[in-house]
Amino acid sequence: MKQIKTKIISNRLIGPMCYHMVLEAPSVARAIKPGQFIHVRCSDSFEPLLRRPFSLHRKNGGRIEILYKVVGSGTEILSRRQSGEAVDVLGPLGNGFAPKLSTLNSQLSTILVAGGMGVAPLVALAQELSKKKTQKLRVLIGACSKSRILCEEEFRALGAEVSISTEDGSKGAKGLITDRLNFLLSTLNSQLSTIYACGPNAMLKALSRIANAKRIPCQVSLEERMACGVGACLGCPVKVKAGEYKMVCKDGPVFDAEEIAW
Amino acid sequence: MVEVKIGRLRLANPVMAASGTFGYGEEYNRLFDINSLGAIVTKTITLKPRIGNPPPRIVETPSGMLNSIGLENKGLDDFLKTRAQPLKRLKTKVIVSIAGETAQELKILTGRVSSSGAADAIELNLSCPNVKGPGMAARDVEAARKIVKAVRKAVKLTLIAKLSPNVTDIAEIAKAVEDAGADAVSLINTFPAMAVDINTQRPILGNATGGLSGPAIKPIALKMVWDAYNAVKIPIIGIGGIMSAQDAIEFILCGASAVQVGTANFINPKASLEIIEGIEKYLKKKNLKDVNELIGRLRIWPR
Repeated sequence: MKQIKTKIISNRLIGPMCYHMVLEAPSVARAIKPGQFIHVRCSDSFEPLLRRPFSLHRKNGGRIEILYKVVGSGTEILSRRQSGEAVDVLGPLGNGFAPKLSTLNSQLSTILVAGGMGVAPLVALAQELSKKKTQKLRVLIGACSKSRILCEEEFRALGAEVSISTEDGSKGAKGLITDRLNFLLSTLNSQLSTIYACGPNAMLKALSRIANAKRIPCQVSLEERMACGVGACLGCPVKVKAGEYKMVCKDGPVFDAEEIAW
Repeated sequence: MVEVKIGRLRLANPVMAASGTFGYGEEYNRLFDINSLGAIVTKTITLKPRIGNPPPRIVETPSGMLNSIGLENKGLDDFLKTRAQPLKRLKTKVIVSIAGETAQELKILTGRVSSSGAADAIELNLSCPNVKGPGMAARDVEAARKIVKAVRKAVKLTLIAKLSPNVTDIAEIAKAVEDAGADAVSLINTFPAMAVDINTQRPILGNATGGLSGPAIKPIALKMVWDAYNAVKIPIIGIGGIMSAQDAIEFILCGASAVQVGTANFINPKASLEIIEGIEKYLKKKNLKDVNELIGRLRIWPR
């Protein structure tokens, strides 16, 4: 974990209220893994007060990329920051995805399930998995409508087979991403699959039920309001089946889906 | 010279990390050497484990934030087993924060924490706004006096009473705990507060209410430190929205012998280091040799 001043290389609009930011941050880039996050101070003043957590979207040499949607005052300020400006970053934080890469079995399939902005950390994971080229990478992207589908080309460029679904049918299959997942699993040997997912909680909950029923290992990346981001303030709990709380920032943000008390 | 004394505790400088914002030091020690701090105050421990409040526990508000952690901690036994040793290895002073529902519970806590050797001082959290029971004592003069008296008997270590701002007259409470034998008072804890989501028509926090901290509360905290300073002789530890050296110096001028930095740790984990440096620079600029000369130095306008 480091606290550093990074330089904005670019910050551009890529979808409705969605931005892609590139930061020059060699020391963080060296250490950060897919699923981990950085805690960003959006302004130099105390308005807004708290940092904002963003998961690693891509890594490119000494540069890290994040993908974010403007949802409040912090991301609004971030969206107006210009290239060349300095941004205070704390990271890498949390535990990332733990991809199972040990077997060279070509029957194995890795399924990434991204709902809306959930594509953000999964591109980083696809980037890492594509380097190994050991297994088929299948990506499901789902959103409410066409304009909210992000990163389709990025996934394809990484060699993934991409399947799109929208709730209004404006792109890809009409319906929920979990219906697409069920369909995909019916065509595969689900015993040999692993799922990695990020998206709204309702989606992760439904997906976790599917994975559990079919006994498919499933890792999910969670979101929660955070203050410190390092495990000191105990402000971002998620209830686990053992009946206690774990912290999204320190114990997660990636958890085994079966561990969570949905 | 920035050394200050709180009871029998000598601090290398007057800047501490506030309870509940710094865990047990472990996380931030990976970012910088926390031995540079005057002291750290641990997350509050209770006799039995506490699971804490349901999420969301945090919400940002104008110039501040609300928290509703609910004193989540693994309890005394776990503290002694897993936290005591690493804390003993720190060179900075360790102030262990404790809370309990009865004087009896607090006596057991203080007794076992002091015999573990992990604590240089005890901070009695009389004022958490997010739980029933342990949060009440600092709102009532007689309850505060009784509890501090009982704990005082059980502990030789420097005893600090952390006070709630949710009172009519903080000076009166400060005086009562001084009479009961507290070596120092720390003030203030967070203000009970709320945030509401008009779309869902629900409170944002899972526990409905929480405690307000950050720059928003600083002016009120300053006034309460000033009030307490004019009422008691024991040292005062100023807390409330301290983000910078300037904020810390304001508290010292109002009578604080030391300060605790809380919410600022979340925004700038190295805030305390910058504050220590800033205090040293200020002393030099004002041609002062000793930070103790600043304590309560506030020059009231002539009438």
